Amino acid sequence: MGDGKNGRAQRIGEVILALKGVSLAFGGVKALSDVSFDVREHEVRAIIGPNGAGKSSMLNVINGVYHPQQGTIRYLGREYHDMDPHEVAVSGISRTFQSLALFKGMSVLDNIMAGRNLKMRSGVLMQALRIGPALREEIQHREAVERIIDFLEIQAYRKTPVGRLPYGLQKRVDLARALAMEPRVLLLDEPMAGMNMEEKQDMCRFILDVNDQFGTTIVLIEHDMSVVMDISDRVVVLDYGAKIGDGTPDEVRANQAVIDAYLGVSH
Amino acid sequence: MKNMIGKEGPFLALCAVLLIGLVLPLATGASAPGFYVEVLLGGLMAGVLYSLVALGFALIFKASGVFNFAQGAMVLFAALAVARVAERIPLWAAIVVGIGIMIALAWLIERLVLRPLVNQEPIALFMATLGLTFFLDGFGQTVWGSDIYKIELGIAKEPVMVLQSIFQGGILVNKEDFMAALVAAALVASLALFFQKTSTGRALRAVADDHQAAQSIGIPLNRMWVIVWSVAGIVALVAGVIWGSKLGVQFSLSLVALKALPVVILGGFTSVPGAIVGGLIIGVGEKMAEVFLGPPLVKAFDLAGGGIENWFAFMLALMFLLVRPQGLFGEKHIDRV
Amino acid sequence: MFYRENGQFKSSYGSDQQMLPILQDRAFMFGLLAFAFLVVPFVVRDYVFLSLLIPFLILAVAALGLNLLVGYCGQISLGHAAFMAVGAYAAYNLVLRVPQLNFLVVLVLAGLIAAAVGVLFGIPSLRIKGLYLGVATLAAQFFMDWVFARVKWFTNYAHSGSVQTAPLELFGWTVDSPVEKYLFLLCVLIVFTIVANNLVRGHIGRAWMATRDMDVAAEVIGIRPVYAKLTAFAISSFYVGVAGALWGFVHLGSWEPLAFNLTLSLNLLFMVIIGGLGSLLGSYFGAAFIVVLPIVLNQVPAWLGVPISTAMASHLEFMIFGALIVFFLIVEPHGLARLWAIGKEKMRLWPFPH
Repeated sequence: MGDGKNGRAQRIGEVILALKGVSLAFGGVKALSDVSFDVREHEVRAIIGPNGAGKSSMLNVINGVYHPQQGTIRYLGREYHDMDPHEVAVSGISRTFQSLALFKGMSVLDNIMAGRNLKMRSGVLMQALRIGPALREEIQHREAVERIIDFLEIQAYRKTPVGRLPYGLQKRVDLARALAMEPRVLLLDEPMAGMNMEEKQDMCRFILDVNDQFGTTIVLIEHDMSVVMDISDRVVVLDYGAKIGDGTPDEVRANQAVIDAYLGVSH
Repeated sequence: MKNMIGKEGPFLALCAVLLIGLVLPLATGASAPGFYVEVLLGGLMAGVLYSLVALGFALIFKASGVFNFAQGAMVLFAALAVARVAERIPLWAAIVVGIGIMIALAWLIERLVLRPLVNQEPIALFMATLGLTFFLDGFGQTVWGSDIYKIELGIAKEPVMVLQSIFQGGILVNKEDFMAALVAAALVASLALFFQKTSTGRALRAVADDHQAAQSIGIPLNRMWVIVWSVAGIVALVAGVIWGSKLGVQFSLSLVALKALPVVILGGFTSVPGAIVGGLIIGVGEKMAEVFLGPPLVKAFDLAGGGIENWFAFMLALMFLLVRPQGLFGEKHIDRV
Repeated sequence: MFYRENGQFKSSYGSDQQMLPILQDRAFMFGLLAFAFLVVPFVVRDYVFLSLLIPFLILAVAALGLNLLVGYCGQISLGHAAFMAVGAYAAYNLVLRVPQLNFLVVLVLAGLIAAAVGVLFGIPSLRIKGLYLGVATLAAQFFMDWVFARVKWFTNYAHSGSVQTAPLELFGWTVDSPVEKYLFLLCVLIVFTIVANNLVRGHIGRAWMATRDMDVAAEVIGIRPVYAKLTAFAISSFYVGVAGALWGFVHLGSWEPLAFNLTLSLNLLFMVIIGGLGSLLGSYFGAAFIVVLPIVLNQVPAWLGVPISTAMASHLEFMIFGALIVFFLIVEPHGLARLWAIGKEKMRLWPFPH
């Protein structure tokens, strides 16, 4: 692990995504209060914090599902007050979901192919006739998807409706779908929730491979501390919607405020 | 504040347009004030009846989460029952029998339709009420026939001239309509109280929020549903009797009642006051459009007659759905991922 | 035992993604088409064509269209017959005012006009969904009902409000006998089915299904809800518009505005529910069911020796329709298509029970 991390440290680039002063509230409930942090290209950035700290809301803001009342998001040099989900996807941010959000009515293959939709250009008429460019496009993207299926080792389940798969495999399909978009930044919302030791090791391996082989920046929400400490370059800690820690895993581990938050010291 | 106006802008614009439309005939002098008030009152009274039917919708949706497309069919069914039974026995007895029939119907619906479908998505339940609509329409007419039947409420049908001192020539008010409006208003008020103040009402609201949670605190779901559908059935009966005595009991009653759908859209699906306000707005809007918008349109486009009433309510609902989907009093729905 | 995919390996993605990848399915389809084209025209009586096969073929096109919208894209429409009306009246006016046009061109144009109207009334789907959308589509139904009844231009100022059509001509071939109509409609249905199949397998089909299953997630992975929903409305209305034109010209011959009323809309919806939402085969089953049921119901009292009036028969029909909808929703919410799929699974395993 140590070697890989040091190797990665050399590749970590400039700030690619930055949030400044983001505040989000639903009615009277404050989900995020004045949160600011940045993400550097090619790094593995973890977001941790107790339940309800606003971590998923954070990702939802980046994706444009939620629009913050205050603050800005800076991505690829441009500043936004709120993001448009489609633009976000097209400009290279993709994500997995805590509650999977897979398309239950479709097979594994179709779910992952759906991730390629934003790259497919053929018009309705061409698709209706399924000739020429439309057919070539289908096959070309099918090849790309098959490479991802090989990478995540889910070949046997291609044609299975996703609803029938066990939880661990569904999570892999979720990841595959996000990878199909060929993202620059991959947001992972608790990718290892509900997994046993072996499944977690597999998932870790996949995530690191993605970061290694494709150079994808990873932002991941995770509860398992050993995973976080092992694979992440930098960590952000949220509690009650506010940032209480930001730095390398070692720095964060020693941060008193973080320790207090996790041990439940009242504040 | 500016942000709020920006967000609610389209909705406020729609309200402004409607208000202007409402006042225009009076302001431009296109109609005599007396006539205008007559149309307005007529609209209000029709609106009260719409509210009644919409209330049935709202009740069922509040308490069982089901969107009961068959509410209109229930109105027709109840009206047919009362009309035909009243041919043999006095009207008040027929109404009692009718109430009994609606309660039995509610029990059957709970047993045969709601219980087997309890775990399915709302869309499946909605489709089931579509099927129920067809079934009730067919069954009612099979058992009781498909002619036009009369219901004699014993109230004079001739209109009465009132307020001659204020408006020149007075305004024609239909006594029957007036009584109907009173009855409906009383029913609506008591139902609103029922929901807010009684424990059964609270239990029903709990069930509407979350079936499983309500069950887990010991609320007997099945019994609640029978109660709610019975109440909705009785509401349908009252609407059916009133409307039936006005228009005659016939198949088109089912379609007229369908207009209560736009009412719940305007008012908000889960809101009892919304059903009331929505009904009044639709009733007035429809009448106004038919009387004041119709003739100019017919002239301008050389149309074969009016009939704007057929679609005005729905178009209005459509506009509302675009600017304020939750209706006037409904709850906003937030999608979480 | 007979229906196994064993040994049928695919060596290219293209062949894996084809419409009928299993050999037995291809054989069955070939046999069915041969039967439909070569046997039926000679064996079946005119009455069966006129009352069963012709309505079935047209309604199957409509059901395919509605299924694309409701079953594949998850947008409910309670007023789809309004778009059938648009197609029918558009075709009527085109034939009337531009008589040089080939009827196939008229059909396509009528479909496009219906598609445009469909997109217009589909715009609410961008803001609302589920049952709210259903009520919004009712606005389409009642408004179009009114337009075609009142705006005299559409019915060419006919006194009664009803319109009449002449038998249609295609490349010099007059399509007026039942067999000819049947063959023409069969070809139309086959083309429309292939197109629907292609769309469903393409990225637009996946966009629809993603929007149906989880629209927020679909947006996040880069599928534009506007694109998915409005194309669904457009294409579905195109299908239904063409079906409406065919219904008016080939089946009815003459019609009044109320021919495309709410009851027809609800019937279309029942077709796709009973047949199976999200299944092209289901559209066929549903259309067949809705066409056959009234005929069966009309015969039953005769068999039982109990005479009933036509009015009574139609009321009974309503009752049984309604009861069957509820029955299906309870027993097999995924419709006849699911029962068929279960049957195929059993065939796969036969003679073993499981």
